[in-house]
Amino acid sequence: MTDLTHLQRLEAESIHIMREVMASAENPVMLYSVGKDSAVMLHLAKKAFYPSPPPFPLLHVDTTWKFQAMYELRAKAAEDAGMELLVHQNPEAKEKGINPFDHGALHTDMWKTEGLKQALDKYQFDAAFGGARRDEEKSRAKERVFSFRGANHQWDPKNQRPELWKLYNARKGKGESIRVFPLSNWTELDIWQYIHLENIEIVPLYFSAPRPTVERDGLLLMVDDERFPLAPGETPVERHIRFRTLGCYPLTGAEESKATTLPEIIQEMLLTTTSERQGRAIDKDAGASMEKKKQEGYF
Amino acid sequence: MTDTPSVYQTDALISQDIDAYLDIHQHKSMLRFITCGSVDDGKSTLIGRLLYDSKMIFEDQLASLEADSKKMGTQGDEIDFALLVDGLAAEREQGITIDVAYRFFATEKRKFIVADTPGHEQYTRNMVTGASTADLAVILIDARKGVLTQTRRHSYLAHLIGIKQIVLAVNKMDLVDYDEARFNEIVDDYRAFAETIGIQAFTAIPLSGLAGDNITNPSDNTAWYQGPTLLAHLEDVELSNTLEQEKDFRMAVQWVNRPNLDFRGFSGQIASGVVRIGDDVRVVPSGKQSTIASIVTFDGELDQAVAGQSVTLTFADEIDCSRGDVIAAASAPPAVTDQFESTLVWMDETPLLPSRSYILKIGTQRVNAAVQTLKHQINVNSSEQLAASTLQLNDIGVVDISTDRPIVFEEYADNREMGGFILIDKMTNATVAAGMVRFSLRRAQNVHWQAIDVDRQAHAALKNQSPRVLWFTGLSGSGKSTIANELEKRLHQTGRHTYLLDGDNVRHGLNKDLGFTDAARVENIRRVGEVAKLMADAGLIVLTAFISPFQAERDMVRAMLPDNEFVEVFVDTPLAVAEQRDVKGLYKKARAGDLKNFTGIDSPYEAPENPEIRIDTTQMTAEQAADAILDWLSKNA
Repeated sequence: MTDLTHLQRLEAESIHIMREVMASAENPVMLYSVGKDSAVMLHLAKKAFYPSPPPFPLLHVDTTWKFQAMYELRAKAAEDAGMELLVHQNPEAKEKGINPFDHGALHTDMWKTEGLKQALDKYQFDAAFGGARRDEEKSRAKERVFSFRGANHQWDPKNQRPELWKLYNARKGKGESIRVFPLSNWTELDIWQYIHLENIEIVPLYFSAPRPTVERDGLLLMVDDERFPLAPGETPVERHIRFRTLGCYPLTGAEESKATTLPEIIQEMLLTTTSERQGRAIDKDAGASMEKKKQEGYF
Repeated sequence: MTDTPSVYQTDALISQDIDAYLDIHQHKSMLRFITCGSVDDGKSTLIGRLLYDSKMIFEDQLASLEADSKKMGTQGDEIDFALLVDGLAAEREQGITIDVAYRFFATEKRKFIVADTPGHEQYTRNMVTGASTADLAVILIDARKGVLTQTRRHSYLAHLIGIKQIVLAVNKMDLVDYDEARFNEIVDDYRAFAETIGIQAFTAIPLSGLAGDNITNPSDNTAWYQGPTLLAHLEDVELSNTLEQEKDFRMAVQWVNRPNLDFRGFSGQIASGVVRIGDDVRVVPSGKQSTIASIVTFDGELDQAVAGQSVTLTFADEIDCSRGDVIAAASAPPAVTDQFESTLVWMDETPLLPSRSYILKIGTQRVNAAVQTLKHQINVNSSEQLAASTLQLNDIGVVDISTDRPIVFEEYADNREMGGFILIDKMTNATVAAGMVRFSLRRAQNVHWQAIDVDRQAHAALKNQSPRVLWFTGLSGSGKSTIANELEKRLHQTGRHTYLLDGDNVRHGLNKDLGFTDAARVENIRRVGEVAKLMADAGLIVLTAFISPFQAERDMVRAMLPDNEFVEVFVDTPLAVAEQRDVKGLYKKARAGDLKNFTGIDSPYEAPENPEIRIDTTQMTAEQAADAILDWLSKNA
């Protein structure tokens, strides 16, 4: 009798989900955000189809405001996996110069929500893997593994298909698409343990290092390039920081830390008293903001 | 606030020796369970408490929780744990849980996945959904109220879906002064009921989700109770995943892995048993045999793999195997059937239509299936069998199902993965039902298709024609019969062997027992489809003139016939025009309310989306229509 560990069971479940998508979708894609969850998802895809390379491309919906270190890992990760990397930047947002400093919520809406819709329409993808987990946020806890979006990409939380056993109903009408979340049942701790156990390469920003920072609205932000508007006379302060979650650098709060190894990161996480989304400006609106964003088509 | 109990993370170990901690936590097992109870039994509070006690709630979440508690909480200045898990905005307003939500927490021994399933009656389908992947069910009872109808319903469903571990959580003990007699009374009540539905054993625990008694720590308030706390019990129960390994080997093929000409592997997740290199295996349903050459994974080849693992297998011989096949132990392969008895839980607003063709998904197999017989419905409150002609949302019934191709299966009681299936509506793509195979109907194994020497090709060849079923569909009074009649005359004149099946005529004979409800309309078309198929087998060109309002049934007949033999002719007459003609005076009667379920008036007509031929009768006479169809036939001979 072999007792499978919880990570072995989570891994097997995610692989099963990915293979089901491959068997039922015509044109799948994996959304790749370069973060730790994407890294785990990509690793699982390599396992699911080995010895074949994962039979779909990676898609990065880029906002042009990610950390430099993320852009560096992006190309390398795709190449290592033997997958095509597609990068989409919303041309309208680009033209209008939408940025997180001047445009607030519009930045996320145009670069990410609109950008994603554009990319899915452009390439006619009918299934997109995403790295969302149910433990991240309240409205995520109720999302199905196979989540259906209407022709306009909207999510209807009251009209979800029941998911029984391991039987996923992937049938869809014309113009409809599926978002698939193979990491649904993973927690933040599971992700870190798995990265540690499997030796998965992640962006160095997750590890502590001295980095130039400024404080904005209670968030500790990293000055990642010259686009960061400093107040007159303001100079970035070097602090030992790392990130629990990665997004657009002007929107992602760092925490002061000395953790430079995975066990130390896990140690900090277990002893910490705040959730990982606390560092995200996007979730700070009204209580049900994520649910609202998802109905509009946010991933 | 209760202190964090030691069963969770040992902070000391984390801070002093993180590597030792990680080693322990990498060997944790995983238990999936559901919580169910009535609307006010305190499920969400209990789960909120488990998360809170296991430190799965962080300070920022707690701050927003405290703010929410003051704003809309029901607990005064205390934290309302229910707000933590009632996620969707709509539910927060209504104060009820309306969808299944998954929560996670962990102790030293186990990771837990909790399906929080709603107690509200109309959402029973969510409870079945949550239960389908669970090893254990926590059934909550309000100590003040005792065993309720909802308790019976949820227990019945949990048992039906094959959950072997039942916990009776007698909650809100603080509100009955931790009274032992009250607890015993409830347990006795529940036992009496449980035995009637076949629940052999359960574990009863007195607790309070709000006050925290017997959740993680034994409570001084219930000194009379010697059993485990809820969490201690969850940590120690046996996992069904381990038990699956003792059964015969089965793996449904998900995907054929062919990176190059030298490698052909079969990928899947092992449903039961153990597979080793050199094992003799059989591919079902084809029956082809080989031996396992290798068990391939990204992390290297394995000597053996067990139930629950996702692997890729290669065979020693080149034999056919593809998605939908089951690879099984050669000495004990699973059975195959195309007719079986099953329990069905209906999950859609649109009721079951017996005879309608649905998509059935079981394992990785996908076939067309129809409910042949609805034997009875089950009242889940009383376990009574009721006569029924259909199943509505949340109804449970026992049915006979037939499939268009044999499926590989095992009885659900023996193997959940090989015996659980879903039905999908072909038009809406909704998952309309969950089913559990009870047993194969013996008929299917004994009645074999009679092979006939003079086959359909021989019939057609003698008549020197290609058989066709010209299926006229359209509203009453659209002109189907008139055009079909005109067309048959022309075909007959050119020496074709034809037969016209007309709606009104068939209803005087073959289908005189059928009315005009949706279910009867489906059966009407099924029979006509079967007759048309036999006639086409005999080599005839068959013309049918039926309203046939539903796309699903037209597609069902199409699926019965070889490719290109079914020709859908949409006689497209707007309702206003048909009603104005009203040749038989039926529209007038229907409008007056003297004729019920009349298509176009109080019963729907689904116009064909892609008919082979569309006849616009506002632009064409019957003669012109017949010409157009003849023209189409000669071009598509």
